[in-house]
Amino acid sequence: MTELTPKGTWVEIYRVILPAGERAPQVPEDTAGVPLVMRVKGWLAAPAAPGAEAEIVTPAGRRLRGTLVAVNPAYTHGFGPPIPELSGVGPEVRAILGGEAGDE
Amino acid sequence: MAERAGIMRASVGIDYARYETGVLAFDYERMLADTGYDIAAAQAVQRETAVGDTPLVELHNITALVRRLASPGKGARIFVKDEAANPSGSFKDRRASLSVHEARRRGYPGVAAATSGNYGAAVASQAAKAGLRCIVVQEAFDSRGVAQPEIEEKTRACEAYGAEVIRLSVGPELFYVFLMVLRETGYFNASLYTPYSVLGIETLGHELAVQTKERTGRFPDVVIATHAGGGNVTGTARGLRKAGATDTQVIAASVDLAGLHMASDHDFNRKSFTTGHTGFSMPFTTWPDRADVPRNAARPLRYLDRFVTVTQGEVFYATQVLAELEGLERGPAGNTSLAAAFAIARELDEAQVVVVQETEYTGAGKHPIAQLNLARRMGIEVARGDPRDSRPGERILIPTHPAQIRVVDVDLDRVRRSYLRHALEGLAPGTRPGEADVRFLAEETRSSEDFVAEVIHEQAGTTG
Ligand SMILES: Cc1ncc(COP(=O)(O)O)c(C=O)c1O
Repeated sequence: MTELTPKGTWVEIYRVILPAGERAPQVPEDTAGVPLVMRVKGWLAAPAAPGAEAEIVTPAGRRLRGTLVAVNPAYTHGFGPPIPELSGVGPEVRAILGGEAGDE
Repeated sequence: MAERAGIMRASVGIDYARYETGVLAFDYERMLADTGYDIAAAQAVQRETAVGDTPLVELHNITALVRRLASPGKGARIFVKDEAANPSGSFKDRRASLSVHEARRRGYPGVAAATSGNYGAAVASQAAKAGLRCIVVQEAFDSRGVAQPEIEEKTRACEAYGAEVIRLSVGPELFYVFLMVLRETGYFNASLYTPYSVLGIETLGHELAVQTKERTGRFPDVVIATHAGGGNVTGTARGLRKAGATDTQVIAASVDLAGLHMASDHDFNRKSFTTGHTGFSMPFTTWPDRADVPRNAARPLRYLDRFVTVTQGEVFYATQVLAELEGLERGPAGNTSLAAAFAIARELDEAQVVVVQETEYTGAGKHPIAQLNLARRMGIEVARGDPRDSRPGERILIPTHPAQIRVVDVDLDRVRRSYLRHALEGLAPGTRPGEADVRFLAEETRSSEDFVAEVIHEQAGTTG
């Protein structure tokens, strides 16, 4: 039996709003071929199993239903490695200015 | 959707039909004036939440760099208005402030906004301070679930301010979802395109005019604004005029994303900019009334003296130079106008003054490094080279020398014709533009009644 995530846990739900094939007429072909989906975070209104239908209370106080897809979801955006194509720019412009030009 | 107009009217509290003066014409100035916000009233509201009064910073080192590239006697002084100093990190706080103030004053239970950009954080921040609930609807990820990192950062910021964030995959049906939210909640629609939104930006133009005069003894010769949906240039230009800076040239600058489709799932993460680009500025300049309110208060063609584009690589380059020569690490999209300033200031006299009208905050996701790493993952080539060889969605070229930065002028006459075509296509069958409409269209396109008449005649020829 899958363990239930407790009520009050910060989670994300997922729902298909429009299936592929039912998209707005003006969307390009690639978009028309995929569903319009929604993800919203909130606190679980009642214990629920990951992957199953769940209800959340959002920060605005709305109750929304959908598939429980993530528990306390991480913010994963960051920077990644420096971009060498940008790293040289500072020394170059300092050299044009004729100041103490780094590694010139 | 027949219901749409009713939901809209209830959610912004403006009866747009009242302002109609012809089959196309409406009384734009009266629509704005009826809100009751002049510059002083807007400033009073904004000061309550520490919005505005941002520093005007002279970019001495970038000015010196531009002068190295310029002919003798050329190279205007460059200043930047450090709008990142606003509470949520961009000029969008000005926009959100009057909407949220109105929502609270009129007793709405909350505010909602359809935006994937800085504006969401601004509305969420203002709502937090006002004690109102807030819902932000974003277009956030593609069909593989890959979020655009800049938008992911905006999700985080909105959630940090206590807002509900509805994240959607790619597609214009977002507006349908947004409408359903408005209907269900009865929240105020803090649209980017209401009079409140544009009047909130007037303080920016006004402030920078006053500050420039104090610092240099003259009004700016040129103000460059990063241009997308059109509120930024509209509000700024109006504020400049209200400060008396009637001779200042207003230049809109957008990142060139030609060839990438705004509603395409495939193209979504092949854009390294989520705003300030031609994907918004072209459609909104040629037809402002495609917005989520019946009459868009952002009407850029009325104010533009010039409209230019720059490339993604040029903006990333300018962003790097701003950090390394001026000690200002600021977000990439807001630096679109800075990139344009490199080229524009070069052609002006040393005694002249160019004001880059904003900065925005930067950070995880919302940074050239994050964007260029995403671009590489999407198979886009990132290299050093002459930016004119770049191609949106395929190749981003970081200039090898600042002299390579240039602006490409958008032909404003073509934009005007396109605007007029849209306007005339929207006419109900059997109706013809009357005198008031022709006058209105001339104002809308900052042209003449003769020009409008000529295009109407041409149009009749092509359709008749
Ligand atoms: C930092 C920044 N600059 C400029 C703009 C463009 O403003 P507008 O859409 O009013 O043209 C935006 C809006 O998306 C923005 O976030």
